Amino acid sequence: MAKIAYTLHVNGEDHEVYAEPNLTLLEVVRDELRLTGAKEGCGTGDCGACTMHLDGENVTSCLVLGVEAQGRDVLTIEGLAQDGKLHPLQQAFIDHGALQCGFCIPGMILSGVALLERNPHPTREEIRQGIAGNLCRCTGYTKIVDAIEAVATGVAH
Amino acid sequence: MTTTESAPSTEYRVIGTNPVRPDGVDKVTGRAVYGADVRLPGMLYGKVLRSPHAHALVKRVDASKALALPGVHAVLTNADFPEPLEPVMQTVRGPQPTRWDTERILAGRKVLFRGHPVAAVCATDPHVAEDAAALIEVEYEVLQAVATLDDALAPDAPILHDDGLASLVDGLFDPVDGKPSNIARQFTLGFGDLEAGFAQADIVLERQYETAMYHQGYIEPHNATAVWNRDGKVTIWTSTQGAFGIRQNVARVLNLPLGDLRVIPAEIGGGFGAKNVVYLEPIAALLSRKTGRPVQLTMNRTEVLEATGPTSGTRSWIKVGATKEGKLLAADVRLEFEAGAYPGSPVAGGARCALGPYVVPNQRVVGLDVVLNRPKTAAYRAPGAPAGEFPVESILDELAEQLDIDPMELRLRNCTALGMPRSDGAVQGNIGAREVMQAVISHPHYRSETVGADIGRGVAMGFWQNGGGESSAYAMVHADGRVTLVTGSVDIGGQRAALAMQFAEAMGIAYEDINSLVGDTDTIGFTGNTGGSRTTFATGWAVYQAAMDVREQLEQRAARIWECAADEVAYDPSDAALHGPDGKVMTFKEAARRLPGTGGMIQGQADIVSTNVGKVGACFGAHIADVHVDRETGKVTVLRYTAVQDVGKAIHPAYVEGQIQGGAVQGIGMALNEEYVYDSNGRMLNASFLDYRMPVANDLPMIDTVLVEVPNPGHPYGVRGVGEVPIIPPLGAIANAIHDAIGVRVTSLPASPRVILELLDEQAGGA
Repeated sequence: MAKIAYTLHVNGEDHEVYAEPNLTLLEVVRDELRLTGAKEGCGTGDCGACTMHLDGENVTSCLVLGVEAQGRDVLTIEGLAQDGKLHPLQQAFIDHGALQCGFCIPGMILSGVALLERNPHPTREEIRQGIAGNLCRCTGYTKIVDAIEAVATGVAH
Repeated sequence: MTTTESAPSTEYRVIGTNPVRPDGVDKVTGRAVYGADVRLPGMLYGKVLRSPHAHALVKRVDASKALALPGVHAVLTNADFPEPLEPVMQTVRGPQPTRWDTERILAGRKVLFRGHPVAAVCATDPHVAEDAAALIEVEYEVLQAVATLDDALAPDAPILHDDGLASLVDGLFDPVDGKPSNIARQFTLGFGDLEAGFAQADIVLERQYETAMYHQGYIEPHNATAVWNRDGKVTIWTSTQGAFGIRQNVARVLNLPLGDLRVIPAEIGGGFGAKNVVYLEPIAALLSRKTGRPVQLTMNRTEVLEATGPTSGTRSWIKVGATKEGKLLAADVRLEFEAGAYPGSPVAGGARCALGPYVVPNQRVVGLDVVLNRPKTAAYRAPGAPAGEFPVESILDELAEQLDIDPMELRLRNCTALGMPRSDGAVQGNIGAREVMQAVISHPHYRSETVGADIGRGVAMGFWQNGGGESSAYAMVHADGRVTLVTGSVDIGGQRAALAMQFAEAMGIAYEDINSLVGDTDTIGFTGNTGGSRTTFATGWAVYQAAMDVREQLEQRAARIWECAADEVAYDPSDAALHGPDGKVMTFKEAARRLPGTGGMIQGQADIVSTNVGKVGACFGAHIADVHVDRETGKVTVLRYTAVQDVGKAIHPAYVEGQIQGGAVQGIGMALNEEYVYDSNGRMLNASFLDYRMPVANDLPMIDTVLVEVPNPGHPYGVRGVGEVPIIPPLGAIANAIHDAIGVRVTSLPASPRVILELLDEQAGGA
């Protein structure tokens, strides 16, 4: 398939991409931009490991074509820490022992951030609902919910 | 809420605290490098072509069209594997034909499961490789699939291993009526006089149970990246629980000297037992040899589900006899486990553990390992134990009900203890089974009333004997008093932290002063896989010994500086300082600073075999589950869940809780949601995360944990492995809770809505 050139706006920066138009946003970001924080766990939008924000909304980037993201703001896990400081939710995940193998964590954190942006004070039920699209096989979710709740209630530093 | 119940014991400085993990920042920022994140210059991408049939002869493979596709560099088939140097390999399950490994990795004569690899291709781009794989033509002669246990055990069943390979080793399959069979192994454990035991019993119950095939469900698919250098040296990056196991396996199928093969474990995205198995690594290596370029292969989710893992589907029969006071007198258990395409199901684990929590004076446990046209099973957290213990935990619940005894009280009356025999003849060591049962009985969750219609409570125990084995560690002391600690244990659950904490404790230095790393097969001594709940225990021992080595070397150095005998100097971890004659004191930091000028830097090291230095501590857990059953839809909702476990000594309590919570949820998945669905031709019908339904966050309540601490005297800090046990009790606990809620006995897991509705129909019909 013939490659085409386009621009992606990722983590606040423009990136010139020259790639096949059938590549997914996940493939372009991982293989062309070499930002490998987003993971492919299934390729069918079921596990959430590839979660990114597109104009502030959660998407499973394995179901979005790279070309569809032109002219839109893409946020990946690499863009979440600002000015060398972790996002409070990133810090809370570390402090609460909310991660084990870590493979689902970039997607899980971005889903948590999206949740807190639309609902800054969720109940535990709402937190569970908010991350229900992200599979984690190691933790049983309890400490992940704890970490998000700690940020929401201001208990986290 | 977590509670810890422990006897007052040694005061620790570091152990028992919850410092942050060294891999934390990398994992929350996306910087951690997993296997599929590895990129090498000039790297090619491989793709495996897999069999669409569960059972077929491979008559012809024609790759000419694939090779003609622009961008394609090489195609690989089974013929590319060298003839094994030794036709028979030693495995943990005894001798097996070496070619079974190559046949499993890339089929030659026959495919034995849908998804069985038949060829592989590599190209400049993963999509080209995928297109090329589709162009490889394979001619199959389709055979009748052996799709179920009944199919496999039928007198006229097609025989999977009907070729010369199986006859290389005597006794690989048990003949039935003088004819070859699909029964790879049948064995019997136990002791006592069954007949006499049942004869004395006031009550005898007999039941049958089934559990589905489940997948380990790690979110990261298998991957491998290999470089076969022109000098014959091979390097492999892979997602594995044990670099040394992968090295052994790959070296064997490729006839490589161990020293020419370096296996580098990448960050691993979950394993739960199944990432000890070689799938893609030899394929990547051989494609790299053919092309002279690095080659990477990554599975997609369908490949992971159809061709890796899973655990055995099982069928069991159990008969127990007891007095009217609930004292067990006899138990007869038969476990039939599906091995998949090659022998080696975890039925032995199931048989060893089935009656583990209890004293049963007369007992027999029979295990069967049966091959059929499904993927070869792999270890999954406490391999065999969930399916082995579910029948026992279910029938004990029924026994308690019939005798009108509280179900945990009944278990307590039969609780095993120090010195009691296990089914396999081993003897229980210093264990916390009784403490766990008592902690359940006094727990507020257990003491509370269940309120509401169709709500019920269940309890169940879990037992796992835990593992030990071989581990290595070294610790480099730097001049600024910091230490780099390297072990060979892949970190899947926080081991880097748990090991550094043990080193810090032994030295009396700060956890933060230790840089804890995982080595590879060329940079650290032999270390067994991270599995069987062995790592914090056995590699912990290695780390402790390495600290003792550092201490001894520091004492010698101080003796040289102070011009005294080495035995006049003692390192005291309580103030992290060397103490010499005449009240001389030198702190660890000061000693480290003086190393360069007094003979050079030092490095402590240890290679241990756990049986030579300590003793594995077995682990017991008990879970309490409250569920609600929706009679209209058949859906079971877990309302409240408490996991009680003897953890020996929790090095890092928060990470121990994480192990328990994660294991419990995998067990809940087995109990309620997950199952392989096959058609009669051996085709998996739900090979995606949408249809293979693992628990998600809003399926679950919080998993409350109670850490009971009965230290293991066989470890300097009392460690018992903690990771395996929590997956075992949920199956029984939830099935028992369902009975308490709606009065039906679930004997076939998962308790999916279909199963519940069928049971409710039966209940209504019988009423």
